[in-house]
Amino acid sequence: MCIGFPGKIMCIDENNYATIDIGGTKREVCLDIIDEPVGLGDYVLCHAGYAIHKVDEALAQDKLALLKELLEA
Amino acid sequence: MKFIDEYRDGTLAKGLKDLIQTQAEQIGKPVTLMEVCGSHTYAIGHYGIRKLLPESIRLISGPGCPVCVTSGRDVDTAMSLALKKNVIFVTYGDMLRVPGSSGSSLQKIRAGGADIRVVASTLEAIEIATHNPAKDVIFMGIGFETTSPTVASMVKICLKKAIKNLSVFSVHKVIPPAIKVLLDDPELAIDGFICPGHVSTIIGFDGYTEIPRRGSAAVITGFEPVDILEGIHMILAQIIQGRFFVENQYSRAVKPQGNTKALEMLGEVFMIVPAEWRGLGIIQASGLVFNDTFSAFNALARFDVPIMESSNIMGCMCGSILRGVATPHECPLFRHACNPQNPIGPCMVSREGTCSTYYKCH
Repeated sequence: MCIGFPGKIMCIDENNYATIDIGGTKREVCLDIIDEPVGLGDYVLCHAGYAIHKVDEALAQDKLALLKELLEA
Repeated sequence: MKFIDEYRDGTLAKGLKDLIQTQAEQIGKPVTLMEVCGSHTYAIGHYGIRKLLPESIRLISGPGCPVCVTSGRDVDTAMSLALKKNVIFVTYGDMLRVPGSSGSSLQKIRAGGADIRVVASTLEAIEIATHNPAKDVIFMGIGFETTSPTVASMVKICLKKAIKNLSVFSVHKVIPPAIKVLLDDPELAIDGFICPGHVSTIIGFDGYTEIPRRGSAAVITGFEPVDILEGIHMILAQIIQGRFFVENQYSRAVKPQGNTKALEMLGEVFMIVPAEWRGLGIIQASGLVFNDTFSAFNALARFDVPIMESSNIMGCMCGSILRGVATPHECPLFRHACNPQNPIGPCMVSREGTCSTYYKCH
């Protein structure tokens, strides 16, 4: 039930709802719970109609690079 | 899909599998790890993670599926509310088929005429209430910390928009007290916890500090195969070093402090009370109900519901399975009387239930 998926913000309306793109599928999510400012192009983690987290892209890339390094060592 | 495909990469998974094999040999004795999130239970089965691991690494499932841990009494109460006159009962789909103590379910009483509607978000419940002003709409609030902020948001929206015909039957629970019960269980000896990724998005690291204090590893882990394998690798590394702490594999989705806004909303709307968990019994400070400011939204205060004399389902081992002390194969009903077409216990109903996952994947 705690399923969540990352989506890219395509637009944000005046009621604090964002349209997000998840691999080509569009969904509307409410931004009332997210605790960081978000804008167009940001990736957010979505759960039950709400964005609950702004994905830290730079951190994700760094961690993935570190994992690749570890496995190649 | 970005942030998904990278974590389904076969080369990375193979590399981690080899690394885990080496670590298991280094440890040289059996290791038991527990996941306490239904989405992990599902992903571990779906991606065949158990088959990738050495025999000495045993994965067991804990009480991580909110539908499964909902007590028979709460299921009976939900049905009683759904049968009230002039009520539209709104719930997540997983809840529909969970049998109550009489063997009936929300799905069965819906077939008998009760107005029960399935939604994917609390925002849809607000829409139903808005479009049906003459009806009383009851939302069944179920789920752990990932989901409860969406209910907090819903009642705040209702307050702001003066929507008065929507109330909530809250069976929301919080995870850390259940983990403590597992740590206290003499029948269990868990070497490491695969901590739930999206619960941690909200609560951060704080809820897990008891785990390393008791000498077990705790790694907050994501849900893709590479995430899970890396989480297991990090747990084994802690075991090898003999140094235990709360570690975060899923940093792209979890901050140490969690989501502070969501936590504030939970504090603003709910208070913490004892709650009954299927399999674990009453756990102190593990349930969420509305505080005095929001008590008008409490469906149990709004409607007269008798105290249920609920009983356990005969022969069903869901309780032991939820504690991690039995696997579905040990249940006499598993696969025979109890199967996805005719679920007897809740762990067979939910896609994320341990029995449902074992039925499909093992």
